[in-house]
Amino acid sequence: MSVAKSLPHDAARLHVTGAARYVDDIPTPADTLHLAFGVSTIARGQITAMDLAAVRAAPGVVAVLTAEDLPFANDVSPSVHDEPLLSDGAVHYMGQPLFLVVASTHLAARKAAHLARIDYAEETPILTVEDALAANSRFEEGPRIWEKGSATAAVAAAPRVVSGLFEIGGQEHFYLEGQAALAEPQEGGDVIIRSSTQHPTEIQHKVGEALGIPMHGVRVETRRMGGGFGGKESQGNALAVACAVAARLTGRVCKMRYDRDDDMIITGKRHDIRIRYRAGFTEDGDVLGVEFWHYLRCGWAQDLSLPVADRAMLHSDNAYCIPAMRIESHRLKTNTQSATAFRGFGGPQGMVGIERVMDHVAHDLGIDPVALRQRNYYDALGEGGLSAPRASATHPPEGISQEKKDNLTPYGMAVEDFELHGMTARLLESAAYDARRAAVADWNASNDVIKKGLGFSPVKFGISFTLSHLNQAGALVHVYQDGSIHLNHGGTEMGQGLFQKVAQVAASRFGVDLEAVKITATDTGKVPNTSATAASSGSDLNGMAVKAACDTIRDRMAAHLAELHQCAVAQVRFDRGAVHVGAEVMSFAEAAHACYLGRVSLSATGYYKTPKLSWDRLRGQGRPFFYFAYGAALTEVAVDTRSGENRILRADILHDAGASLNPALDIGQVEGAYVQGAGWLTTEELVWDERGALRTHAPSTYKIPACSDRPDVFNVSLWDGQNREETIYRSKAVGEPPFMLGISAWLALSDAVAACGETYPALDAPATAEALWHAVRRVRDA
Amino acid sequence: MSKKFHVSTTVNGDPVEFLCDSRETVLDVLRDRLSLTGAKEGCGTGDCGACSITVDDRLVCACLMLGAEAEGKSIETVEGIAAGEDLHPLQKRFIEYAALQCGICTPGILVAAKNLLEKHPDPTEEQVRYWLAGNLCRCTGYDKIIRAVMDTAAEMREAS
Ligand code: FES
Ligand code: FES
Repeated sequence: MSVAKSLPHDAARLHVTGAARYVDDIPTPADTLHLAFGVSTIARGQITAMDLAAVRAAPGVVAVLTAEDLPFANDVSPSVHDEPLLSDGAVHYMGQPLFLVVASTHLAARKAAHLARIDYAEETPILTVEDALAANSRFEEGPRIWEKGSATAAVAAAPRVVSGLFEIGGQEHFYLEGQAALAEPQEGGDVIIRSSTQHPTEIQHKVGEALGIPMHGVRVETRRMGGGFGGKESQGNALAVACAVAARLTGRVCKMRYDRDDDMIITGKRHDIRIRYRAGFTEDGDVLGVEFWHYLRCGWAQDLSLPVADRAMLHSDNAYCIPAMRIESHRLKTNTQSATAFRGFGGPQGMVGIERVMDHVAHDLGIDPVALRQRNYYDALGEGGLSAPRASATHPPEGISQEKKDNLTPYGMAVEDFELHGMTARLLESAAYDARRAAVADWNASNDVIKKGLGFSPVKFGISFTLSHLNQAGALVHVYQDGSIHLNHGGTEMGQGLFQKVAQVAASRFGVDLEAVKITATDTGKVPNTSATAASSGSDLNGMAVKAACDTIRDRMAAHLAELHQCAVAQVRFDRGAVHVGAEVMSFAEAAHACYLGRVSLSATGYYKTPKLSWDRLRGQGRPFFYFAYGAALTEVAVDTRSGENRILRADILHDAGASLNPALDIGQVEGAYVQGAGWLTTEELVWDERGALRTHAPSTYKIPACSDRPDVFNVSLWDGQNREETIYRSKAVGEPPFMLGISAWLALSDAVAACGETYPALDAPATAEALWHAVRRVRDA
Repeated sequence: MSKKFHVSTTVNGDPVEFLCDSRETVLDVLRDRLSLTGAKEGCGTGDCGACSITVDDRLVCACLMLGAEAEGKSIETVEGIAAGEDLHPLQKRFIEYAALQCGICTPGILVAAKNLLEKHPDPTEEQVRYWLAGNLCRCTGYDKIIRAVMDTAAEMREAS
């Protein structure tokens, strides 16, 4: 079987030879036109005059379009039609596209875009949480509030209470391939779009609206992206629509790619969030009640902000069964880029909230922060026996309450697959936690300049789209008469290895080698009405849909071959490239040919929808997730207290991918996600000035982790469990969950700063060197 | 538009001539005029390394060098690393170790790593990390990349 094997990425050979084609690498005709947006230079106001004469006269310019020139819909929103492609006169953020330049080269288009003279009636922008609250500028009528028990009463009655308020910054996706799209006009007004997108169906839909044609006139193809991370779920709409409109106008192939600065200035990022909390707990460390207030800056358009903010609420418990919790979530509308999907989709923000609470409580009580967490974990309920016993040799938290917990999340879903007791015990042992905790304490007792810290954080991440109807997928599989197999499904490949994993499923179903399976580009003409490749759902959904398609063909083949050779269908087996029919053995190719001659259809679609979901988002009640994926990380850091400069010395990770479809790819996801998560909370700082200009719009000013930042020691392993739910080969989704393991790096920094004094460091995120420098002073001077 | 420059150079061992504008970078020339799209534009400002090439054996960001400056130089790109169908040991290790995900940083990283090993066949891990610090990768977290480079170095030393 091909599944469960560590096979390399399907395009690895193309990648290492430079032959893998991304959108900007696709050969185009010599007369291809290139597009660029002219963007606003204020954050809020009205355009009073737009003089584009110099733009039109610039060398190489073929056409310049404003909102009035658009033939049909002027909208690229994935949700509520509030995102004009080109400004309709109102300016909502600095960097908003106002007009579109169509020119002979990329450079000519970009240069011309800077020649416009635009007059504005400028208004005071709403930039900060305070601004937005003061103006009651928000999405939805008021805050969403979900509650389990009465948290306010629980906190009030608790023996001890901590409270605080802190900020968590946003994050630029920094997919190394910027947004890009290409439109090729076809006969009869149809168009083919090649787009670097996680959501081809959405592109098809928006292009259709913009051209005034049904979706059947638009075909969208996506072979691969140079990284997505959620940033290509909706943010590619503008480029694809612009190309389609320009291609319709000129009859020529049109291409658009954002230069890095444009990309960072125009597109949305991870939501930043301010979290206020109050937590009540016992002297022993049982957390009795927590109240959270979330304030998310969503930017100017709704985009995906509601489900992102929901998911932040849905992860406010993380791994902890807290008897009473109240979460109030404010989705604020600000004059900044429209914040969008980013790996974890709000989950990380919510999780940082509760991890901060746990950290603060442990500090307040002087209890080991890992023991405190274990004490408050959900109970391991499952009968399957997949978890190691909860009382571990390494860390039996003393006096752990033996009362059974209700194991209900704040939104009323029962946690039935909790793996973290066993995982935590295993990780603490393999990472020698107790010894290193003591060593760090010794070090800190005798060193004043360099302080070390240890941080532990668990992850429990809910898998499924919270918009239940998105949890469906389709596939299309053909078997050709030579036994080769054509595979197509609705998922997109952004580097996560989805195509390879799904091809492994197909090869396993037919009992053939992977080489027999041709992986093909995602194509709205082959599989329609797909969901975005997002919410980590790619292999879960598409793997199942492909399995269904393969099984349909395999059953047809088996029935025909059984009849041909006069045996029972049950006696037909597909195994290692051969088909056994009773006593006969033939190659898969021979079997396929025989079926073709026997007039058996060798093509099938497959379809899957996730079972068991029911969710009422307004009440915050139900089962939004099919299952949870788990992980645990321990990070050690060193901080130079004179400068705030810091290093991750060691990271140990144990992650739950169920029965992994491909351990090499999954470990790769875990490593990359951890580093990206740690980057979010440490070095990646987005800065807007008081006019609303994003000042960090290039890698020179926005610092993502580099090779030199990688932990010196980096131990990553997979937990050898199985998904208790019936997923594809009992695997678990792995794209997003490990991102939140990076929280342990932030906690480790907090631990190191805490070693400078008695006070709780109360770090914001990102904990940049500068922020740490200040924090050290705060703690020392207190 | 502006005056065109006539440039004669060598790319991956082949003599090449092209005409370019004064503002075109080597990266533009490679990608748009010579159809060598292996080098990528990740930033255009010399900060990400996706466009890494070597010019007379020196590691260079192709986005920072003008096409006109390539006159008489010898350029190597990712397309020249394999000998026909035979992959370079670095390329094999990158595949074997899964040292890539979306793959768009891979060409630049391979060019940089190959250049490192030519100059320092026995690098320390720290040397590898700092040599590659200018090559950003958003997907992998770098661990497998470092291990692939270190192990290739060891393998190549044994072979030579
Ligand atoms: S594109 Fe040249 S360094 Fe980024
Ligand atoms: S593999 Fe995607 S940027 Fe490195």
